[in-house]
Amino acid sequence: MLVVNDLHATVDGKTILNGLNLTVNPGEVHAIMGPNGSGKSTLGHVLAGRPGYEATAGSVHYMGNDLFVQDTEERARNGLFLAFQYPVEIPGVSNMEFLKASVDAAREHRGETALDAVSFMKMAREASKTVDLDPAFLKRGVNEGFSGGEKKRNELMQMLLLQPSLAIMDETDSGLDIDALQVVAAGVNSMRNESRSFVLVTHYQRLLNFIEPDFVHVLSGGRIVRSGDKSLALELEERGYAWIEDEVA
Amino acid sequence: MSEHMQAALDSAATTAPAWLKDVLHSGRTQWQNTTWPSRKIEAWKYTSLHPLQQTFEAAPDAASDIGTSDIPDFSENRLVFVDGKYQAQQSTECGTDSGVRIVRFAEAGDADAARIKEHLGNTVEANKHVFANLNNAALSDGLFIDVAANAAVDKPIHLVWISSGEKPAYTVNQRLLVIAGSNSQATVIEHFINRNETSSAFTNGISELVLEQGAVLEYYRLNLERAAALHVAGIHCHLADSACLRSFYATTGSKLKRLDAVVHHAGSGAHCEMNGIYLPQGSEHIDVHTCIEHAVPHCTTDENFRGIIADQSSAVFNGRIHIHPDAQQTRAELSNRNLLTSDQAEINTKPELEIYADDVQCAHGATVAQLDETSLHYLRSRGVSRAEAEVMLSFGFINELVDGIRLSALRDYLRPFLARRFAGDAELARHLL
Repeated sequence: MLVVNDLHATVDGKTILNGLNLTVNPGEVHAIMGPNGSGKSTLGHVLAGRPGYEATAGSVHYMGNDLFVQDTEERARNGLFLAFQYPVEIPGVSNMEFLKASVDAAREHRGETALDAVSFMKMAREASKTVDLDPAFLKRGVNEGFSGGEKKRNELMQMLLLQPSLAIMDETDSGLDIDALQVVAAGVNSMRNESRSFVLVTHYQRLLNFIEPDFVHVLSGGRIVRSGDKSLALELEERGYAWIEDEVA
Repeated sequence: MSEHMQAALDSAATTAPAWLKDVLHSGRTQWQNTTWPSRKIEAWKYTSLHPLQQTFEAAPDAASDIGTSDIPDFSENRLVFVDGKYQAQQSTECGTDSGVRIVRFAEAGDADAARIKEHLGNTVEANKHVFANLNNAALSDGLFIDVAANAAVDKPIHLVWISSGEKPAYTVNQRLLVIAGSNSQATVIEHFINRNETSSAFTNGISELVLEQGAVLEYYRLNLERAAALHVAGIHCHLADSACLRSFYATTGSKLKRLDAVVHHAGSGAHCEMNGIYLPQGSEHIDVHTCIEHAVPHCTTDENFRGIIADQSSAVFNGRIHIHPDAQQTRAELSNRNLLTSDQAEINTKPELEIYADDVQCAHGATVAQLDETSLHYLRSRGVSRAEAEVMLSFGFINELVDGIRLSALRDYLRPFLARRFAGDAELARHLL
């Protein structure tokens, strides 16, 4: 699914990722944890192709193809999805128009016809119910005036509608109350299957109580310095990150 | 320079009704004494009147077969004019029982003529608006909309002004006088289009909106002529006590468009909402000057204009709010935001707040920006192509104002019209339609 090999990346000229290796197979859920500034969010942005985030060395293959020759939209159409930590507000563009444009792009890429407006509306309403977001939000501007939790639910709704092959969730849990966290977890768990993979970027073990990961990685200094199973997350919760950083140093 | 427009003056002199002749004469004298506005004058600093320096003929007499099937049906109350001349066959008018009378100057009886003359030009400061003199000098016809006191006119009055383009260069003298009687409610749409895009049809328009005490008037102005069309217009509004004017200006580009929208808060408690969008492309030029005069206390103004300036086009926005010494307890807000979608596009924006009262709340702001890369990336990260994302964001920028239009039929017409305008390829606008 995803093979990251010795990835180096800079943000505005500053090196953030420093030889990162990661392999995600179909159906796996990986959690990436690590202290502030370790490069967690950068990984997601580099994979999604955000301007200003530049891969300077190494490679990333997604579904066997070089990711970096693909535009951001091509990556998305090929099933790569990044749930943003800070979703952008776009007043004037309705959430519904935005969602339909996204879903149509994905469908057309797969050689399917675009959905008619009525079928799409029905689908979107169901998705909004699943993520516990008032369907009235479909008519509002994209994320416009949404609370932090509502923005995260909106990201989750996009994921439900787009049905990606690989979803990278960048601190989707941060700023969520426990009810919202359970909604997010239920959404992810409902989508888990043998072919779909998830990378959960998080600060806290809390999310992993609800979404059980197959692997847990610790990112430090732009590299993965330790990998393990879910027990590693519990150990981190107890002992913090310092001991790993000490060991690595 | 006035000789370029002589044909229209001569034509009007022979066709104008007798009771208008003295307006014509004084207009003519003033126009002939007018100095042609040069770019050395502040009000014309960024707009060249070079396109008007050619010889314009008088408007064609009767245009052949101007279709109106593409014009939206906002209302059963639609009046169509071609090159300034009323087209009865293409128009539908409600009777007088709706509380509104619509009278053409050329057909006005003595009582109407007297009423028109009583009000005509009162709101226009002709020394500041030189093209008003030209309009007076060439005034052979006009439209008078008389809304009775306490009338609630539910059907919008849709005025369609079409330039036929049947001559290569000619003037259309367009004039509207609306008197909204006390506590009346009405909606007027002025809708300008052209048929032959290579013709330098020059519309010189004056619209006077007089709102008596407590009147509520919605005024929409669609300046949608394209290509070679030339349009210079003054919209002059007078608001009595507690009157409320809600206005929206949608202006797409052509070779030259200049709008001066002036509002006089003359009665306490009056409210003015003035929103608008301007969208030049190619090598088009649009100049919007607004001026809100707060002469009395307790009035409010909300003004919002947005422009998207594309290609090598240029635009001017000059928004003046003048708060006189007596205008205490005024609240006035002006915002102007601009999006430049090309390196060669040009915007000159200038908010002007002049405040002589001390107990007022005023705010103004102007911004110039390009499409937000973060927003573009967000849309693209969901699979939307860059080209479509650009169209969606551009449209979204003005759609915030379009969404505020109260008249839903107009909103529903403008949305796809504008979306198509942003997308060279209709496919790119499909999610906005």
